[in-house]
Amino acid sequence: MRPGFDEMRADSQTVREHYRGYERWLSQQPNDVMLSRREEAEMIFRRVGITFAVYGAKDEDGHGTERLIPFDLIPRVIPAHEWREMEKGLAQRVTALNRFIHDVYHDQEIIKAGHIPAEQILKNAQFRKEMMGVNVPGDVYSHIAGVDIIRAPDPDGHGRYYVLEDNLRVPSGVSYMLEDRKMMMRLFPDLFSQHRVAPVAHYPDLLLETLRSVAPASVNEPTVVVLTPGMHNSAYFEHAFLAQQMGIELVEGQDLFVKDNFVYMRTTQGPKRVDVIYRRVDDDFLDPEVFRKDSTLGCAGLLKAYRAGNVTLSNAIGTGVADDKSIYPYVPKMIEFYLGEKPILSNVPTYLCREPDDFKYVMDKLPELVVKEVHGAGGYGMLIGPAATKAEIEDFRKAVQANPTGYIAQPTLSLSTCPTYVESGIAPRHIDLRPFVLSGKEVQMVPGGLTRVALKEGSLVVNSSQGGGTKDTWVLED
Amino acid sequence: MLSRTADHLFWMARYMERAENTARMLDVNYQASLLPQSADDAASGWKGLLGISELSGDFATRYGAITLTNVMRYMVSDADNLSSIRNCLQAARENARAVRGTLTTEVWETQNQTWLEFQRMIASESFLRDPSTLFEWVKFRSHLSRGVTVGTMLQDESFHFLRIGSFLERADNTARLLDVKFHAVESEYHGGNGQSQGQSQGNGGQGRDIEVDFYHWSGILRSVSGFEVYRKAYRNVIKPEKVAELLILRPDMPRSMAACMHEVVINLQKVANEQSADTLRRAGRLQADLQYGRIDEILATGLHAYLTQFLERVNTLGVGISRDFLVPVAA
Repeated sequence: MRPGFDEMRADSQTVREHYRGYERWLSQQPNDVMLSRREEAEMIFRRVGITFAVYGAKDEDGHGTERLIPFDLIPRVIPAHEWREMEKGLAQRVTALNRFIHDVYHDQEIIKAGHIPAEQILKNAQFRKEMMGVNVPGDVYSHIAGVDIIRAPDPDGHGRYYVLEDNLRVPSGVSYMLEDRKMMMRLFPDLFSQHRVAPVAHYPDLLLETLRSVAPASVNEPTVVVLTPGMHNSAYFEHAFLAQQMGIELVEGQDLFVKDNFVYMRTTQGPKRVDVIYRRVDDDFLDPEVFRKDSTLGCAGLLKAYRAGNVTLSNAIGTGVADDKSIYPYVPKMIEFYLGEKPILSNVPTYLCREPDDFKYVMDKLPELVVKEVHGAGGYGMLIGPAATKAEIEDFRKAVQANPTGYIAQPTLSLSTCPTYVESGIAPRHIDLRPFVLSGKEVQMVPGGLTRVALKEGSLVVNSSQGGGTKDTWVLED
Repeated sequence: MLSRTADHLFWMARYMERAENTARMLDVNYQASLLPQSADDAASGWKGLLGISELSGDFATRYGAITLTNVMRYMVSDADNLSSIRNCLQAARENARAVRGTLTTEVWETQNQTWLEFQRMIASESFLRDPSTLFEWVKFRSHLSRGVTVGTMLQDESFHFLRIGSFLERADNTARLLDVKFHAVESEYHGGNGQSQGQSQGNGGQGRDIEVDFYHWSGILRSVSGFEVYRKAYRNVIKPEKVAELLILRPDMPRSMAACMHEVVINLQKVANEQSADTLRRAGRLQADLQYGRIDEILATGLHAYLTQFLERVNTLGVGISRDFLVPVAA
């Protein structure tokens, strides 16, 4: 591995230009002040109840536990010119992905043109045959995309952004982006008077605008709701938060019913029509008549109403066919095919274990590679070769041999680091970035996104379920 | 608004009110237990309290002897007693969490903070040494919860369902408190008028001295913050029938059954829908009975019977509200 890329320091002597103001400020802060700010932040997060539920974990009373996601005081700073480029790249990528999903469920031109093997798409577990020929408003499927971006050094030691994953189903984390900014402004108002930090607080407005813009065409004043699996879901805080910020109802499956192919919610004044559902429930649980029969999280008949065009689901059903790890390598090709453009953002080189050549390479280089389950998420089902024990590597080897189709591999990229408060003081820790891309009538996003940080020394896993934390993300205006 | 949301709001308010009233009842009994009296008297006080909440059987099975410590543990911190203050505060908070988006930030944070602090307070059992401080705290958290609701929430349906929950619960709790306290001195109260089915008191009607009476009745008044109110309203020595009148009929006494029903009716009218006519009629009738009732008539027919009937009517009203507005009983 090459030496890492640090967001703040070019080398031990030099602070990068866009971090100079912050670094100067930080060096003037007494340590005990920063420590007490940290405690204050934790206290506020707990009081406000910004927690996530940990699946399976129970406290002594048998209740599910609620944990705080650690918040780090040192922001991740992105200069304006880098963001402008990234923003263009994100809009381009998400536009192409939406075109791809539409194509998959209609004419399948990309298969006919021979760019992606048919079985890659049609035999994909995330392919929903129920969506074939269904038209959705504006042909947009993934209205909310959370694209995971990392930065790694190129051979010249410059940082280069790569897309690691396109999350096109029900990406979460945006509430932390908003709450982290609120917290920073509360703890360090002086920093914001010294820096021109691009605001993000209008995200809920953009989201509501996006959701309203994709309502069924016949509806003038659409009723938009957020559908949550309920308060025991790990992202419940976010569901409630977004509903509140947008001023719309937060519903559960039991609140909805379908009559004559229209969706209604039960209210104190009788049934009320619902036109757009921002659903934070996976496809499988949406409609027990079509998908999982045992699901109580969705609403029977929903798919019929959806196919009749009487309700918009956001995101659409079947978007998973485009953010699958085995489809990921084809995204640059999609951009060229649908848009006739060169991809602005890079993909990480990816080996598909189902291809014989790639498989052989992966088996040879296993200790150096990152291997992921095609359908894994949340940092589970993943091998990081350089950090794994011999036994773990051999276990994974067997798993890949038994089911090559189920795995992909990538070189171990050294995620960039950012100075972070840890037990022993300030130390570099690896980070990634998840911007949230909204697609309705147009593609919009707020500057930056959610920065996640791996708090364990050397760790490359930033997921909150695996001990990751978050940082405020600043896009500095020129 | 969503029926389920209204349901959570209604129950959030009810549980908070219940926590407060439980704290009030525990406190008045605890204060009484500090007075010089026989162990039997103290135990019968606790027994009445458990009876009020319909918990005597459960307590006997799980704890056995009625002692101060046992009752405190059972009613304050026991996670298996559905009526303990702990469970009321947790249920209030869980209901709030389910609809946090509907509440103002201040209302949610108050509920959340109450639960977090309460857990800390009962973590060690030091509250057993000074339970009154804990009870005071619970009362103030309830005041705060109600105050922040009135002070910050838009007065829309959410607000009305919160208010209905608070006052329906309080009407119920005040009636129960009266019932158990009058029951304890029933024989002298209904003195041989044939109405009382209760056991006769060992010390006989005239035998109780005026001092014991004073502490008994003033205790009830204190438990509903009504001691100073009584003096102000009646400018008289403390007489049982006046205490009953204050807590049942006085429209200006905020914890009286009449005042609670008045609030229930006002708020129900604001949320009325197509199917709620009968529930509104029942609520209005119950309120009218209180508004035009007379304490001598109530006592003549028997207080216990009167209160039992009142509790039944409140219960029916609760069922009606659930049916008409809240989570429909399994369709």
